[in-house]
Amino acid sequence: MKLITGILKPSKLDEVKDALQAAGVAGMTVSEASGFGRQRGHTEVYRGAEYTVDLVQKVRIEILVDDKDCAAIVDVIVKAASTGSIGDGKVWTTPVDSIVRVRTGETGPGAI
Amino acid sequence: MEEIVLNSGDTAWVLASTALVLLMTPGLAFFYGGMVRAKSVLNMMMMSMITIGIVSVLWVIYGFELAFGYKANSPWYGNISFSGLGTMVNDFTNNGGIYPIPVLVFAAFQLMFAIITPALISGAIADRTKFTAWAIFVAIWSTLVYFPVAHWVFAFGNKVGDTVTGAGFLASKGLEDFAGGTAVHINAGAAGLALAIVLGKRVGWRKEAMRPHSLPLVMLGAALLWFGWFGFNAGSALAANGTAGLAFMNTQVAAAAALLGWLLVEKLRNGHATSLGAASGVVAGLVAITPACAFVAPWAAVLIGLSAGAICALAVSVKYRIGIDDSLDVVAVHLVGGIWGSLCVGLFGSKAVNSLGVDGIFYGGGTSLLAKQALGVGVVLAYSFVATLIIGFIIEKTIGFRVTKDAEVEGIDLSEHAESAYEMTSSSHGGLN
Repeated sequence: MKLITGILKPSKLDEVKDALQAAGVAGMTVSEASGFGRQRGHTEVYRGAEYTVDLVQKVRIEILVDDKDCAAIVDVIVKAASTGSIGDGKVWTTPVDSIVRVRTGETGPGAI
Repeated sequence: MEEIVLNSGDTAWVLASTALVLLMTPGLAFFYGGMVRAKSVLNMMMMSMITIGIVSVLWVIYGFELAFGYKANSPWYGNISFSGLGTMVNDFTNNGGIYPIPVLVFAAFQLMFAIITPALISGAIADRTKFTAWAIFVAIWSTLVYFPVAHWVFAFGNKVGDTVTGAGFLASKGLEDFAGGTAVHINAGAAGLALAIVLGKRVGWRKEAMRPHSLPLVMLGAALLWFGWFGFNAGSALAANGTAGLAFMNTQVAAAAALLGWLLVEKLRNGHATSLGAASGVVAGLVAITPACAFVAPWAAVLIGLSAGAICALAVSVKYRIGIDDSLDVVAVHLVGGIWGSLCVGLFGSKAVNSLGVDGIFYGGGTSLLAKQALGVGVVLAYSFVATLIIGFIIEKTIGFRVTKDAEVEGIDLSEHAESAYEMTSSSHGGLN
């Protein structure tokens, strides 16, 4: 089992979500995130004083998948999230030891 | 002698204006509150709210008498006595002439000016002021600075025949300040400068971003201030007449022109016209037209507003050069705007638009009015600045004026009021600081 984590542009969230649903993914977790990578921040001006805003707003998505689906779903995310410009984000996977579905107590891949 | 009877139209307008002017102080709370960081918005708003509480009570105890009494026959203060106000229900307002509105209505109207003036100061010392120290400051400053200065400028005395008793010394010298360019705005602006010096800079000033946390709140505040300012300026006619109409129109066009003036400077200097600039420009224009609103023609009000917007937009950068953390630009907007507007009366003042006024330089009146305006500007500025420095240092040396560094960094809303304005997620907290 794997955890796929993606840090993406907020404006691409809907497309990614739709593409994942079309690919048969049954659930995901989304949270707000901010950070910086190669994309630099921007400058804001308040009463003539310029402020550099380094941290850029992003969304983080997290999806649990079975090992055999992992590569295909990463592909779906990358394809849907891409604009080709700096700041599109990153997607990575990590191994997961165990999963429990809280309602039923199911464990392992069946709990995904 | 003709018997004076209550004029219900005039009374109704001044009553409505009174409510409009009160609304300006909560409006100011929004205007200032949106400009501070999310961790200190409640404290910023509370500084205005506590001022409403304290000054209203002082007004009934002695404030109105100290500002507008005439029995002491002093050019410096009204009368040191209990105001009470209970005996004034059936008396007519007598301020250099008898107005057919009750004294009590005049007292309520003037109370709202006494409230907003100290509240304006609070923007200079955002994020770091001990709340009890602020409350004590408001009481002392109102007593020693606002009430006497209101007497100097706004008290035209008790006129019986040709004898006038108890007029304020600037009013007697012919200062033309219709609604408080000196007594309210220069007074508050100079005091703000003094307190910013007494309290010192905020932790991290100029090193970390101190962005306004909610520009929509600032816009809401500017809207309420603009709306209330019609009562402030047009209500100062103390009558529902042509003078009120002139003040009303001038208030509108000066604010509108100042909005354009500020945005023009921003567009040329920074490349963007900002919403904070629009809100600030409106307030700068309203400040500048305040002394002039019933003494100049509307075309002159446009020029006063346009120039005030541009001048104040340029003035906001000065604090960085002189290293004084006047956090929300009370000096650049209220002191600079108040000075500019008060001096403009000496340029654009016209007897043709107001028979009680005097012609300024552009109407062939020479420099005498400008000299009177400059005297009023200088006296109020100097007195307010020095008196506030002294009051401020005494408070600083006795009970302390600032919260601890830890409390300031953690957020003054939490340390002073045990509240927080918003539920913060860690990500938004990082962004909003």
